[in-house]
Amino acid sequence: MTGLIRSETLYFALRNNKLRVGLAVLIFFVILTFVGPLFTDYSPTDYVGPPAHPPSPEHWFGTTTFGQDVYTQFVHGLRATFLVGIIGGGLGTLIGVLVGFIAGYRGGIVDEILNMLTNIVLIIPTLAVLIIIAAYLTVRGILMESIFIGCTAWPWAARAIRAQTFSLRAREFVDLARMSGMKPLKIIFTEIAPNMMSYLFMTFILQFGGAILNAATLDFIGLGPTRGMSLGLMMNNAVLWAALQLGMWWWLIPPGAAIAAIVGALYVTNVGLDEVFNPKLREM
Amino acid sequence: MRRYFSRKLLIYALTFFLAVTIDWLIPRFMPGNPVQTMLSRAALRAEAAKVLQSYYIRAFGLDLPLWQQYLNFWKALFHGDFGISIFLFPKPVIRVIMNAVPYDMFLLIPAILLSWIAGNRVGAIAARTKWLDNTVLPLGYILTATPYMWLAIVLAWALGIVLGIFPIAGAYSFALRPHLSWTFIKDLLWHWFLPFASLFLVMFGGWAIGMRNMIIYELEADYSRYLEALGAPQRLIRKYAFRNAMLPQITGLALQLGVIVAGALATEIVFSYPGIGYLILQAVQNQDYFLIQGCFLFIIVGVLLANFAIDIVYILVDPRTRLGMTGEAA
Repeated sequence: MTGLIRSETLYFALRNNKLRVGLAVLIFFVILTFVGPLFTDYSPTDYVGPPAHPPSPEHWFGTTTFGQDVYTQFVHGLRATFLVGIIGGGLGTLIGVLVGFIAGYRGGIVDEILNMLTNIVLIIPTLAVLIIIAAYLTVRGILMESIFIGCTAWPWAARAIRAQTFSLRAREFVDLARMSGMKPLKIIFTEIAPNMMSYLFMTFILQFGGAILNAATLDFIGLGPTRGMSLGLMMNNAVLWAALQLGMWWWLIPPGAAIAAIVGALYVTNVGLDEVFNPKLREM
Repeated sequence: MRRYFSRKLLIYALTFFLAVTIDWLIPRFMPGNPVQTMLSRAALRAEAAKVLQSYYIRAFGLDLPLWQQYLNFWKALFHGDFGISIFLFPKPVIRVIMNAVPYDMFLLIPAILLSWIAGNRVGAIAARTKWLDNTVLPLGYILTATPYMWLAIVLAWALGIVLGIFPIAGAYSFALRPHLSWTFIKDLLWHWFLPFASLFLVMFGGWAIGMRNMIIYELEADYSRYLEALGAPQRLIRKYAFRNAMLPQITGLALQLGVIVAGALATEIVFSYPGIGYLILQAVQNQDYFLIQGCFLFIIVGVLLANFAIDIVYILVDPRTRLGMTGEAA
């Protein structure tokens, strides 16, 4: 039975144009992240060429004001972007799922407290908190940045999952499980969670995209990782060192274009998955 | 309605309390010693160091017990005392921020309201026009996925540098002084347009997509089907659908505020637009901690006030909240 359902999902998944386009873009960038650094002998901060040089056969994306290779920075920055997305988005999803499940399943006073907490964290502008934390850290790494982003991005996920859990909890099969003496945690993970797996997966995709955008803004303000390279940091450097005034488009355009393409592909993939999982939307 | 309001106000009060506590906690419990960093920077100027040192002893009150320090922090806050800016020494932080706030208002309020209205209109029309749907939807997804600062960079490069139509830095020409005249107002608007446009476009995409999806959902709802079966004109059904679809969009506006503020900060940095965002960049570069902390609190207070305004609008728009039947935002 499950085999049949799976192959049916796969059948619709392969025929969904949004999903195909979104996944193709994502896979392209993932491959570039792994293969890209092989085509360059430099480190992203090395001064390797003539300064402010437009794209050429030696430097595919040109060079910065200081003669760093933009292509090298770009592919290394991609890696940081995906790392932040996976760790930050993963952590945000995890916290959101836990809070949502517990609040939605337990109800009562636990729900009241968790819901209050969710609403509070929801109002506080994530970036403002990240700015003040990052400003006081003298040494910052990508891992730390991802963890902070994950810890502040979970509320909307928690809220959505809580609502879903609420409606699932009232179903007969959950009642049956409860009557048979199953422990609450086991009910959540064996009865409720499998019924919203597709939903959880889509939550992760949106958290992934959100974490990337958050990290880019943070890096752009100059509060990103103190070592290493990221796409936001590239934009920060470009703007600070007057790439705009000097018309160095090869330095300005690629980092943001990659972020827009990756996050856009994530959103489109999400809509595609929604259509695959939800038969009502398929005809659209 | 009272229940709805008191609940909201409690959340806002707790949020404010938490924000102030974070503002107090982080400098004290982070690794490293920010006081030392600040002093060693300020020591370049003897008189600054002296004032700052005495200020720290008073403000941080490091010899006092922690709870006393915490209470003093609140006391100073209510006296409008946010400390003294280091890179604009000896200006108080509150004055530095107050000078920047009007620019934020001038940029954010029109951008938020206009993009929300335009996005909702276009989204609603797209939901029932095939060709528009096929263009608005992909464009909308690209726009919402675009980092604010990148769209700002692209617009500044294309319209400012390549075509040379718009200025790309500052809120007005360096040759002018702020005064009330046509030349100045025209100059102000000229500088305002690009930051406004980049904020507007990114937000517009999100609202258009949201509205389109909501309208499609509402047109499938039972009441729409029922009206259809009764033979009501399409115009009427769509009108009802639009009004129902508005409610989640209003809630969405409240939820998006944090993201919008972040986007505005980044956009201001690109255009050197003298609002809070540009201030934060300068504060970060100069390690001006008091200024960063002040900006943090101001952003929180601004977002809380905006949330409150949206709550009032929601009550005006949704009769259920007025009648005590908790609407969906509660």
